[in-house]
Amino acid sequence: MSGAADREAVFPTRQSLGIMKAKLKGAETGHSLLKRKSEALTKRFREITRRIDEAKRKMGRVMQIASLSLAEVTYAVGGNIGYQIQESAKSARFRIRAKQENVSGVLLPAFESYLTEGNNDFAMTGLGKGGQQVQRCRETYARAVEALVELASLQTAFVILDEVIKVVNRRVNAIEHVIIPRTENTIKYINSELDEIDREEFYRLKKVANKKKLDNAAAEADRQHRSEELAAMEEENGAPERASGPTDLLAAEEDEDVIF
Amino acid sequence: MASQTDFRDRQFLAVIGDEDSVTGLLLAGIGHVTPPPDNQKNFLVVDNKTDTAAIEAAFERYTTERKDIGIVLINQHIADKIRHRVDTYTQAFPTVLEIPSKDHPYDPEKDSVLRRVRRLFGE
Repeated sequence: MSGAADREAVFPTRQSLGIMKAKLKGAETGHSLLKRKSEALTKRFREITRRIDEAKRKMGRVMQIASLSLAEVTYAVGGNIGYQIQESAKSARFRIRAKQENVSGVLLPAFESYLTEGNNDFAMTGLGKGGQQVQRCRETYARAVEALVELASLQTAFVILDEVIKVVNRRVNAIEHVIIPRTENTIKYINSELDEIDREEFYRLKKVANKKKLDNAAAEADRQHRSEELAAMEEENGAPERASGPTDLLAAEEDEDVIF
Repeated sequence: MASQTDFRDRQFLAVIGDEDSVTGLLLAGIGHVTPPPDNQKNFLVVDNKTDTAAIEAAFERYTTERKDIGIVLINQHIADKIRHRVDTYTQAFPTVLEIPSKDHPYDPEKDSVLRRVRRLFGE
């Protein structure tokens, strides 16, 4: 293992090894959870994109029908009613409200359309002629707008999901490619350092034992030597008494008193 | 990210479009004019004489300034004129929706969202 490898700045101790192991476990759990979240969101995302595709096509058709009915109105009324309508628009009858939907912890807004009661800005439109066409046109356009609102909520969900999926994937990748390798490296580093320390300790103990052995041997040799010398000296001095004397310890009558 | 309170009071739609589209959508009842002091309309009629700056200003007003608009509808051929603005608009609220107009058939290839869909699926 190279010392330059990406790892965290920790002291190689057993405690930090424990911390790192816990961290690795946490990172792996988090990784699998986030991965699952990302998959759930992607599934939803694909469904939404498919529905957007469909809804966009549907919108094309619906708008075509709606313009046709507007053309009918123009024909029936016998003139352009655009100006009149633009002037008489005051308060929105067709409104939207946002509600939320929870997909794996992501709040997706969805628009819901509703009609407010009682205000009709176009009561006078088509009063002279073409009232029926105007009414039909309004209904057609109301349906078209409903389709548009549905499409808009899909699109909002699309934009939000897109963003969230990016964030989640970034996290998954960060854990997978940065945090987990780094923690593993740290664990490897701590293990190798600990092994190194163990080896050093073992070597040191061996050295100490060796030294002790040598010292003991030297001390033993010294003692041996000294006792031999002593024996030799004694032999020179009082060999005659000693020769008969100490054979029977019990027989030695006169010991000197031991005074401590 | 849209916050909780951000879209609670967004209850109107806004339209930037040619006369027919605007007329039709107003007939459906989406037109709204704010009370007298400022008298802001939530629709803009674009014809040949409307210049791009005005369209951009309206787009800006509906998407950024006004906080009561949830969906901005814009005719595709008008969106084309301010394409760079529409393409760089990535917020979730309000939603910008490109709609077909009578004279200009709908082209899915130009739609900013559909293009993103295509790009995401690698087409």
